[in-house]
Amino acid sequence: MGKTFSKPAVLSDTMTHYCPGCTHGIVHRLVAEAIDELGIMDRTVGIAPVGCAVLAYNYFNCDFQEAAHGRAPAMATGIKRVRPDLIVFTYQGDGDLASIGMGEIIHAANRGEKFTTIFINNAIYGMTGGQMAPTTMPGQRASTAPAGRDTDQTGMPIKMANLLGGLVTPAYVTRQAVLKPQQINKTKKAIKQAFQYQVEGKCFSFVEVISTCPTNWGLTPLDSLKWAEETLLPYYELGDIKTPE
Amino acid sequence: MAKVLMKGNEAIGEAAIRAGCKNYFAYPITPQSEVAEYLVKRLPEVGGVFLQGESEVAVGYMIFGAAGAGERVMTTSSSPGISLMSEAISYIAAAQCPAVFVNIMRGGPGLGGILPSQADYFQATKGGGHGDYRLLVLAPDGVQEAVEMTMQAFTLAEKYRGPVMILGDGLIGQMMEPVEFPENLATEPSNKDDWATNGMSTRKSKKRNLVKSLFLDPTELNANNLALKAKYEQMKREEIQFELYNADNDYKVLITSYGTMSRVCRTAIDQLKEEGIEVAMLRPKTLFPFPEQAVHEAATKESCKSVISIEMSMGQMVEDVERCVKGQRPVEFYGECGGDIPSPEKIIDIIKAML
Amino acid sequence: MAYEHIIDSERCKGCGLCVNFCPKNVLELTKKVNAKGHFPVYQARPEDCIHCTICCIMCPDVAIQIVETQTT
Repeated sequence: MGKTFSKPAVLSDTMTHYCPGCTHGIVHRLVAEAIDELGIMDRTVGIAPVGCAVLAYNYFNCDFQEAAHGRAPAMATGIKRVRPDLIVFTYQGDGDLASIGMGEIIHAANRGEKFTTIFINNAIYGMTGGQMAPTTMPGQRASTAPAGRDTDQTGMPIKMANLLGGLVTPAYVTRQAVLKPQQINKTKKAIKQAFQYQVEGKCFSFVEVISTCPTNWGLTPLDSLKWAEETLLPYYELGDIKTPE
Repeated sequence: MAKVLMKGNEAIGEAAIRAGCKNYFAYPITPQSEVAEYLVKRLPEVGGVFLQGESEVAVGYMIFGAAGAGERVMTTSSSPGISLMSEAISYIAAAQCPAVFVNIMRGGPGLGGILPSQADYFQATKGGGHGDYRLLVLAPDGVQEAVEMTMQAFTLAEKYRGPVMILGDGLIGQMMEPVEFPENLATEPSNKDDWATNGMSTRKSKKRNLVKSLFLDPTELNANNLALKAKYEQMKREEIQFELYNADNDYKVLITSYGTMSRVCRTAIDQLKEEGIEVAMLRPKTLFPFPEQAVHEAATKESCKSVISIEMSMGQMVEDVERCVKGQRPVEFYGECGGDIPSPEKIIDIIKAML
Repeated sequence: MAYEHIIDSERCKGCGLCVNFCPKNVLELTKKVNAKGHFPVYQARPEDCIHCTICCIMCPDVAIQIVETQTT
């Protein structure tokens, strides 16, 4: 028994700057595997966000553009409309997509722009040092919510996949996680399915991935996985929110 | 070539298509929404792309994405919308992508008014967005020039790999004038394989391209800024355009004016000439690069006693004029802001009061 | 079919995810720091490895590979 495992070709050899145990690295690899397996690297354009993944372009070997904070879906719209043959994906975090970029993602999804968005939900702002995100849980501590998120003042966390799933325009919208191997395998399938829909020119595809941020949660990588299972998954339910069929 | 009577906004849209630009993203705003209303019908006829974005913020980045993918692209907006696009313009300049922006100026600041103004001169020429970048700014004085400058803008944007702005105003956008679309201004798009994210399979090199503006390393960031600066220096050497009107005489006053305002000044100059009073006008056609030497020479002609900048603003271009005159003549200003364009009679009175 | 389990100690950030999920308890973190200052993983009980690739799947840094080798 046994099988082989190697780095996908689209993923560069560059070692990432991500913290030990940060699940960005896992999702980068899954995206790279999907691109490799679909044979689309030669016509793929990724769009990097502002956030921990701002340097994502260093870790992929395909064409990349770098967006201003939150604007990746608008840039993806521009690219995809003028070059519908290119495979375009955005890779965004909680601040980029659910805060400043809220308008851009909703409208791109609603127009049914045929690109793919990978949304990394780790319930906090990583790069800028652990501030509260729209996805931060009630009572969860952040540098701008030192006593824990007060939902009287700041409302409840936003469930992006469900929000986008509520739009009428057909799309593939799913929420997955990368907290254990079985979930990672499902996430891989979902990401590949998302890109497959784009290859078929079918619809907008959106994969929300529940991820960890050990550094800003103040937990070890392993404890982060546990905290995410216990606190995030009951609220951010996993599964397909909608499919285009 | 036949002349067609066209509304400025529509002519600008048509000019883009004649220049080989088939991609247009925009958001409605008075007084330029007719560009979108015209292009939504015209672009499908030429197999082009039209999209009304959800905001000017989003539109600015649609422009960036499409430009980064190596396609000719244009947007049109008006003052408040240009403010919203200014961050994107900074990014596009830094990432060195060609793109054309048209500002049909309206009254400001804030929501202001919907009538014409020239109050975005600073925004266009000194930077509405952050950082060390400049826009190549072309200022037409009517529909014909708007057409020619729009067509030239795409070539210039690709020559310098950066954003170019057409600075018009609500009058130019709304009025109808006879216009011709010159054939020789439409150029073939330049090769973008060196830098555009147009798909690795289309390129011989198989190297991936990266369109970005982030340079965390100070040496790299400085190098990017030096590269941008070199372009602006080249623009100053090669792209200055201006018109001197009624300057072949011993004029006593030099008017500096651009765009719609310059047409009123032209009428005033003609009437004053009939009364035996000689007044010249220097009309910058590129606001950046500014015709610094020409302004200095015209202002310091021996017969010329003073200079006046006449603008539909509270005084913006006048600061550049003062800088170029270098204190060698008094520089005055007249402007109005509400959207009522000063009449030739008003200009005549002002000039006479200066003599 | 024979497989070789290869750990790139310089890529490893010592996060411990692979150690936790290995179904055969093969992996542990070394006490010797690598060039980046992390304590990388190593196979403490390599003979128990079934080459299931779970460690590879959990690794955010592609620090582990499993390749086929020629059976002698």
